[in-house]
Amino acid sequence: MKYVVLAGAALATLAAALLVGPANLPLADLPGSAIVWQLRLPRAVLAFLVGGALGVAGTSLQALVRNPLADPFLLGLSGGAGLGAVAAIALHLPGPWALPLAAFVGAVGAMALVYRLGLMGGAELDPRILLLGGVAAIALHLPGPWALPLAAFVGAVGAMALVYRLGLMGGAELDPRILLLGGVAVGAFAAAITTALVSLAQATELRNAFLWLWGGFSGASWTTVLVMLAYAPLPLGVLVASARPLDLLALGEEPAQYLGADVRRLKRVVYLAASLLTAAAVAVAGVIGFVGLVVPHLCRLVWGRLHRTLLPTAFLTGGILLAAADTLARTVVAPRELPVGIVTALLGVPVFAFLLRRWTVS
Amino acid sequence: MDRELIVALRGVTCRYPDAARDNLVSVSLELPAGELHAVLGPNGSGKTTLVRAALGLVPLVAGEVEILGRPAHTWSRRALARLVGVLPQREDNLFPQRVRETVLLGRYPHLSLFGGVGATDRAAVDGALAACDAADLADRWLWTLSGGEYQRVRLARALAQEPRLLVLDEPTASLDLRHEMELFELVRTLVDAQGLGVLMITHHVNLAARFADRVLLLSEGRPAGAGAPGDVLTRDTVERVFAWPVSIAPFEGRPQMTPLRLRKEAR
Repeated sequence: MKYVVLAGAALATLAAALLVGPANLPLADLPGSAIVWQLRLPRAVLAFLVGGALGVAGTSLQALVRNPLADPFLLGLSGGAGLGAVAAIALHLPGPWALPLAAFVGAVGAMALVYRLGLMGGAELDPRILLLGGVAAIALHLPGPWALPLAAFVGAVGAMALVYRLGLMGGAELDPRILLLGGVAVGAFAAAITTALVSLAQATELRNAFLWLWGGFSGASWTTVLVMLAYAPLPLGVLVASARPLDLLALGEEPAQYLGADVRRLKRVVYLAASLLTAAAVAVAGVIGFVGLVVPHLCRLVWGRLHRTLLPTAFLTGGILLAAADTLARTVVAPRELPVGIVTALLGVPVFAFLLRRWTVS
Repeated sequence: MDRELIVALRGVTCRYPDAARDNLVSVSLELPAGELHAVLGPNGSGKTTLVRAALGLVPLVAGEVEILGRPAHTWSRRALARLVGVLPQREDNLFPQRVRETVLLGRYPHLSLFGGVGATDRAAVDGALAACDAADLADRWLWTLSGGEYQRVRLARALAQEPRLLVLDEPTASLDLRHEMELFELVRTLVDAQGLGVLMITHHVNLAARFADRVLLLSEGRPAGAGAPGDVLTRDTVERVFAWPVSIAPFEGRPQMTPLRLRKEAR
């Protein structure tokens, strides 16, 4: 039932996104219009997919770090992913001679981050994670939009690893306050480097740079939709398969183990899947905050806390919310456009403040 | 009646990665089905470590742990959760939930990856709630429960796992007299009627003496006595382990301990 309602709402949102816009097309011209098929539709679909990905990433991160204030943006993942994406573009700038160098730097950087990650939670290096890092490093050679999510992924994983280590400081238990402060700090640091890279780069080659600073869908095309469709399904599937262990994790790591969850493996898997989802979203749409924070709480409030329901509903709700926010962003001040991050922040910050207050009171 | 051995620790020594000394030294324990064993000892004497070691969560320095004859570390978490239900001392409730949802978590080790919750699972949940006298709590929010009700619900969750062994870590801490006695009586009933094995950590020397078949007394990680309550809980041993003068007198065939006041001349 809930899925019927959500699917209906999703279709209605997409339809609204197709109908309205600065071009003011008459209704009769819509079906044959290139504006609809080449601009509005891919843009709405992309916003939906990105919103869904962020909703699911936020839901699983809240369960993973066992903190209701977690979200890819606040944990610094988005910032790290943005840095990775911009660095990948910027390193290609100076001309053909720089390419192998850039790939080398990317590979070594990926290796170093991945090595640290492999060391986390144990003294041994996990060969599977090493392999994944190798894939990411190789993918840095890939041309065009296809490699961006992987570069962003490396950035996201690096940021997450850093934040997680900060959160673990002073004991084996994750300290929720340090986790959030660390996330904001790492995110700000990554954003600073991103800004520096953008300012030093030539404007023509980084003309979409503000995409990563503000977040938005003005660069949407069927190619970016395909990129999202290529990178999102695997982590989404992995997270849905982890739904029940994620329920158990809310009790704490030790009680979760007593109820049959392999906590070490679960944490590693969820951490990588959420990073990859965030990275894919950031690579096509830049850093968009608060969707990953607000959507899980909304869904939990309405449909309960079990991830079997929560993850799919968070995907649909996140998609609806971001597609609607983007439609607002491009129509309220038409023909100019608001960055969609501003719309989600205007919506998200009050909810965040409310949650923060309730959380600190209890 | 020949009772199957569920968990056996033989000469177990273990140490946490950053600990200064061994947290458990040469501890042995054999727990068959249909018996209640109590683990007693002062704070920090290794009681909780013993439980973790028995469930393969702490790497061993020496000795061995077997569960149903198989080394503990070879059991997957899922398979172990179908055999052993644990009530840890502390756990969080990150997001609000209802009692029935909580008890349903006990069915998770029985559910397949993409399969749903079936009639057997719902029956197990109802059965577990009824066994813990918590059926009327099923639709309540967890945070509205009293301490006693909450522990009964957690016990129901462990029973929903349909375990053969229950491990209870201080299940009656912060419960009042009636709720504490009710819980001990309930656990004893489960042992006698369903043949469950129970390993219970507790600070209540007197209740352990009256309800347990055997007690294990730990002192600084070492066994200070193991056996029937009447054999282990002697005045000398209890005074030495807990570092306080006591008197011990039998009541209904079990030793009962009364801590003494310090006399002026003894100071």
